Amino acid sequence: MQPIESFEVPAPPKVNYINAKYGLKSWLLTKDHKRIALLYLGSITFFFFIGGLYAMMIRLELLTPQGDLLQSTTYNKVFTQHGIIMIFFFLIPSIPATLGNFLIPMMIGAKDLAFPRINLLSWYIYLLGGIVTIYALLAGGVDTGWTFYTPFSTTFSNSYVVATGLGIFINGFSSILTGLNFIVTIHTMRAPGMTWFRMPLFLWSHYATSLIMILGTPVIAITVVLLAFERLAGVGIFNPALGGDPVLFQHLFWFYSHPAVYIMVLPSMGVISELIANFSRKNIFGYSFVAFSSLAIAVFGFLVWGHHLFVASQSVYAGMIFSFLSFAVAIPSAIKVFNWTATLYKSSISYDTPMLYALGFIGLFTIGGMTGLFLASLAVDVHLSDTYFVVAHFHYIMVGGALMGYLGGLHYWWPKISGRMYPEGWGRFSALVIFVGFNLTFLPQFIAGYLGMPRRYHAYPPEFQVFNVLSTAGASILGFGMLIPAIYFVWSMRYGKIAEANPWHLPGLEWRTQSPPPTENFEVTPIVTWEAYEFAPPEETEVVGKFGPELERI
Amino acid sequence: MQGWIPLVPESASSFSWHVDALYFYLSGVTLFFTLLISGVLIFFTVRYRRRTPYEIPRPIAGSHKLETLWTIIPFLIAMTMFGWGAKLYFEQYKPPANAVEVYVVGKQWMWKLQHATGQREINELHVPVGRKIKLIMTSEDVIHDFFVPAFRTKADVVPGRYTTLWFEATKPGKYHLFCAEYCGMNHSGMTGSVYVMEPREFDNWLAGNTSNTSPAAAGQQLFQTLGCASCHGANGEGGRGPTLAGLVGRDTPLEGGQTVRADEAYIRESILNPGAKIVAGFQPIMPTFQGQVTEDQLVQLVAFIKSLPGGTGATPGASPAAANPLPSPRASGSPTQNIR
Repeated sequence: MQPIESFEVPAPPKVNYINAKYGLKSWLLTKDHKRIALLYLGSITFFFFIGGLYAMMIRLELLTPQGDLLQSTTYNKVFTQHGIIMIFFFLIPSIPATLGNFLIPMMIGAKDLAFPRINLLSWYIYLLGGIVTIYALLAGGVDTGWTFYTPFSTTFSNSYVVATGLGIFINGFSSILTGLNFIVTIHTMRAPGMTWFRMPLFLWSHYATSLIMILGTPVIAITVVLLAFERLAGVGIFNPALGGDPVLFQHLFWFYSHPAVYIMVLPSMGVISELIANFSRKNIFGYSFVAFSSLAIAVFGFLVWGHHLFVASQSVYAGMIFSFLSFAVAIPSAIKVFNWTATLYKSSISYDTPMLYALGFIGLFTIGGMTGLFLASLAVDVHLSDTYFVVAHFHYIMVGGALMGYLGGLHYWWPKISGRMYPEGWGRFSALVIFVGFNLTFLPQFIAGYLGMPRRYHAYPPEFQVFNVLSTAGASILGFGMLIPAIYFVWSMRYGKIAEANPWHLPGLEWRTQSPPPTENFEVTPIVTWEAYEFAPPEETEVVGKFGPELERI
Repeated sequence: MQGWIPLVPESASSFSWHVDALYFYLSGVTLFFTLLISGVLIFFTVRYRRRTPYEIPRPIAGSHKLETLWTIIPFLIAMTMFGWGAKLYFEQYKPPANAVEVYVVGKQWMWKLQHATGQREINELHVPVGRKIKLIMTSEDVIHDFFVPAFRTKADVVPGRYTTLWFEATKPGKYHLFCAEYCGMNHSGMTGSVYVMEPREFDNWLAGNTSNTSPAAAGQQLFQTLGCASCHGANGEGGRGPTLAGLVGRDTPLEGGQTVRADEAYIRESILNPGAKIVAGFQPIMPTFQGQVTEDQLVQLVAFIKSLPGGTGATPGASPAAANPLPSPRASGSPTQNIR
């Protein structure tokens, strides 16, 4: 077997994308996808810590059942703003706009995305949306819940609903443009030899994500506009007193917001595929099944919005259809989990920080996915909807899934992005702290939820206190765990060990150029002659004996 | 609390243990797969840890047989969850024919309830053990949700619609009533209690609250004062307007050839938006009562019209009492009645 070391790695030149130009202007007017990725990285980190601050306020308030720390109006704003900031300004852009932006051109051997100017524009749109939303929060905040249910949001709420909606509306265009850019780039800019089935799975999952972004985001934009029409002009769309239909809003809202869950978690799944393959030095088991399951999730994801309306006076028969489809959408996710696990069979697993995140992801995502089945199951959902069970479930998907993938990916590609290594010991330690803190925060909420504790309660009956105390303790550990990487990433930019071009000794295209890469990524356009995750020559491929002649190499 | 942490809330309705059984099945499957996946994961991670820095494992081809296996098996397991959940859901949201009706109006931030016999309650509901209770619910403002964890059931309470929820309590006691749909400032204060009582105790409780007028009787007075009687007849026998006696539950032909199954939602719509569905053979002359009647009054009018003895209509079991008419126990056409 050939050791990976023999890959040709260009000698480290002095000029890279970070030091190619200096000055604020060179950053704010850059068309380099890597610099734009860093602009995004900075902005989403800012929003992440605001959202995290709100989370800490929620957990502190719920430490006691009386509702004595915040007033109910303040508490309602805090959980609303936690959701809005985390979902629209952190989770949705998180992996695509940073790691996706940075890596999609590098993984296909391109110099940049298809539309570099549009890429920069999408960051400015994101920033504008963010500023409008921050204005709304500072002006007085919003108290509708991130779901904006009507007629509360259109008629009864005395908060900055339209301003916040405008921020989300603007931000949506940034999503649409990013999705468009990715799709065109993946279609048209692959290097010679980079066929669709040689692409790393990170690209397949971003392709699927981009489809949802361009097909789903316009719907939330339209919904926000309708909401503003009713709130500002009194046009009767959702409020029955004006002749509207309040449940119509829920259909429109979830038609986007359920697929949006997949916008958050699909890129993370792409990262996990990379981590699992690369840190076990093994080709992904069932590559094409993992690739197509991403597309299946993107398609089926659009057909399940009604499972948010099982108790919302939707027809019983519609409920049954949506329940069936929700179970169906779980299957592609299960296929991914099984294939990742099978990949590890007879592999060579390292315990580097990114791999710890990947292993943690599989465990947490399994719990998140399986508890989703409780909520897809109609009769149990009737009892569980709008309880803490739901809160726990979606945090397992969004934090245990999306955020773990993001952190794993950030560690994995940090040497490529910054040219420096993060401190491995601290990395492993914080991964462990985050894992423990996360589970302590959200596991008790499953039980509290089944016992009947409703979500969005500022004060609650005292028998639920034990679960909330556990949650708050867990959240403190989780918050502490999050601070560690924030500190050492910044620290490593100056003091970290200088990274080699290929510190993990991997075959992927992004590792076949210097760290950090030059502005044009590759000195010469690479010609791809290998499959994805090809650590050893194909003729070495082992056919697992028991499974007979239908075996084939992917 | 007794010093140990309970895993399920108290069971106090005929549904409770059905939902719990499905919940335990789901929990078992979840536990099994979580332990299986993490077990295999941990085993592989230890067994196949990297032993030398430059080792390269042999690639392994995928297996269609395995892929098929782990597509089909989870799908089949998921279908058992789907079927079981759907069956229970159907029963949960299909009110039985002989249920006693209670009217519920939600508003920011309180529950107003009224029994068919007239007793009013705020944030409290008294029900007897072993009798089927059907709640007919609407909201005066935003969406609320009537949630009783001990009964394992809930339903949104939506302005502009009547939604229904039914249950049969099985165990006397005091249980939480929560609003489970976020409804603004004092959402977490929109709570109350459901008191489940032995039937005799409940009858005593009812007897102790006799000063109230039943919703149907109140509705009859409204029917006079709002002038409904001038077109529909004092006892709903009809005139310039269509006959109301025996209307509910009947298929009513409309102008334009369609028919509508008359239910609470249809009556409500016809009061607020009379032009929406004109009964065949009548002129659209009725004025709207939008803004002139409250949700409470609408409920009373509906109760009165439902109580009218069935002229030509098919309302089997309708109470013939006219002086103090009670709404007749009656199957509703659909579990959820939408007003469009």
